[in-house]
Amino acid sequence: MNTMPKKFPLNHKQWALAKIILAALLLALVIIGGLFLDEGRIVTNLTDRNSPPSLEHLFGTDWLGRDMFTRTIMGLTLSIGVGLIGALGSASIAMFLGMAAATMGKRADRLISWCIDLFLSVPHLVTLILIAFTLGGGFKGIVIGLTLTHWPSLARVIRAEVMQIRSADYVQVSRRMGKSRWWIALHHIVPHVIPQFLVGFMLLFPHVILHEAAVTFIGLGLSPHEPAIGIILSESMKYLSSGMWWLAFFPGLCLLIIVRMFDQIGENIRLLTSSDSNRD
Amino acid sequence: MVTLLVAICFISFLLVKNSPIDPIQAYIGADMLKVSPEQRAKITEYWGLDQPVMMQFYHWGSAVLSGDMGTSMIYRRPVMEVIGERFTNSLALMLSAWVLSGVIGFVMGIIAAMKKGSWIDRLIKWYCFTLASTPTFWMGLLVLIVFAVWLGWFPVGMGVPAGVLAEDVTLLDRIQHLILPALTLSIVGIANVALHTREKLIDVLASDYVLFARARGKQGMVLFWRHGLRNVALPAITLQFAGFSELFGGAVLAEQVFSYPGLGQATVEAGLRGDVPLLLGIVIFTTIFVFVGNLLADISYRVLDPRTREGRKV
Repeated sequence: MNTMPKKFPLNHKQWALAKIILAALLLALVIIGGLFLDEGRIVTNLTDRNSPPSLEHLFGTDWLGRDMFTRTIMGLTLSIGVGLIGALGSASIAMFLGMAAATMGKRADRLISWCIDLFLSVPHLVTLILIAFTLGGGFKGIVIGLTLTHWPSLARVIRAEVMQIRSADYVQVSRRMGKSRWWIALHHIVPHVIPQFLVGFMLLFPHVILHEAAVTFIGLGLSPHEPAIGIILSESMKYLSSGMWWLAFFPGLCLLIIVRMFDQIGENIRLLTSSDSNRD
Repeated sequence: MVTLLVAICFISFLLVKNSPIDPIQAYIGADMLKVSPEQRAKITEYWGLDQPVMMQFYHWGSAVLSGDMGTSMIYRRPVMEVIGERFTNSLALMLSAWVLSGVIGFVMGIIAAMKKGSWIDRLIKWYCFTLASTPTFWMGLLVLIVFAVWLGWFPVGMGVPAGVLAEDVTLLDRIQHLILPALTLSIVGIANVALHTREKLIDVLASDYVLFARARGKQGMVLFWRHGLRNVALPAITLQFAGFSELFGGAVLAEQVFSYPGLGQATVEAGLRGDVPLLLGIVIFTTIFVFVGNLLADISYRVLDPRTREGRKV
């Protein structure tokens, strides 16, 4: 990793790696910042209300005098946390079902494909609202909702991949030699699917975070006491018409940047793991 | 499709039934204290809430099949009526956003692909990737700040002007209230189509027949018009139709930001205030909506691509 030449230009893969490291560093910074920022900065401070962005309050303050920068960073940390759990759960379901569909015979395949169709045929957001409604919202509701709604597309990809590997010669040979299904799945198929899984996981992340913010925004997600981005934005709506644009602008922008970072990492991992170098 | 629909009905019914929100309390609301236990028991019996879940599902399912989805608790009107009215509002919004984002996205994709590698291509690509990770509701807020608060060109929200009788609302008013949400939805919706069109057109431009056409001296718009358009339009149209699900998701958020009285807002209301019949009705309705989108995508393939038609005959 340290053998990167100092001279420009770097080649494609090195660029990709550099971008990944940079994005990861930034994310780490946000998380660390969120964990260590002083809680005291978001206590109500009525003497310093509604002030526009300045050096002391980078993103301005809200109508209770809370520092928006601190709130935003904390919200982002929360979002990343929820995103991590949601994406991990989703990707695991996708991995398991994708593998199962492709290795456990025709009937299982049909059943799982049917399930995928089932989840894809209702708009994500409606499913999320429904699940959040059932579980009464809150942290648990939203994480379960996110986990249950984001796996289908990745499951499809993994299933197709496994199908392809399954018909490869070495797998056929292995089967003829009397290896069991599980042995083949573990030793021949899983190693090939892992990169797909990783990339899929990273690319699920942005979706999960955005949906989390969206559901929270409409009021069915995290509770209003948490400093989540969705909460900040939905609160800011009341104050928009009085011209307090910074309440909405900066938190959203930060969310956008974070989501872009994850997207970047995912894309670049894909660049690194895929062998065909003809994509731009 | 039928099995899917039945399963969706069943699953959403189960989900809703397991909700911690008490339907009777949601129905009565603030007057809960005035309702005696006897009255409560009566309502329970009247709604059949004391029967097993399967029986309830059976009753509800047979009612839905005969076209009766029950009565919405918030609006105190039949669910079908509410959905119908809200959906016409949403349809105007989604349709305009759908057409707008489709056309703009398509053109942007073409421009990017024709000028591949130039600054304009990079600009479009960057724009699309950024938009793909933009929260719809944040976009809505920005649009709201700029156009409604700073510039004051458009009203801040609602579907019609406040304080005006329903009869006096003109078409112009409605359109004025429609522009901002539609704009938001289209800005966010462009990315997908544009990127897809770009990829496809680059593939097409690298093909042998385009090479041959180039060798004969064709270039620029003529080349694209004769050889590119049809090949690229098809996937773009399919993608647009298949995106109905995303479109609805976006509409929910945009309507919430602009307090536009569409189906999306009704969904949120139903979820927040525990309006079970309405929520179930909306789930079924959106499923059909998405299904119609996919169906239209299939049909558009048949109509637009002669090859699939030939294939059918053989």
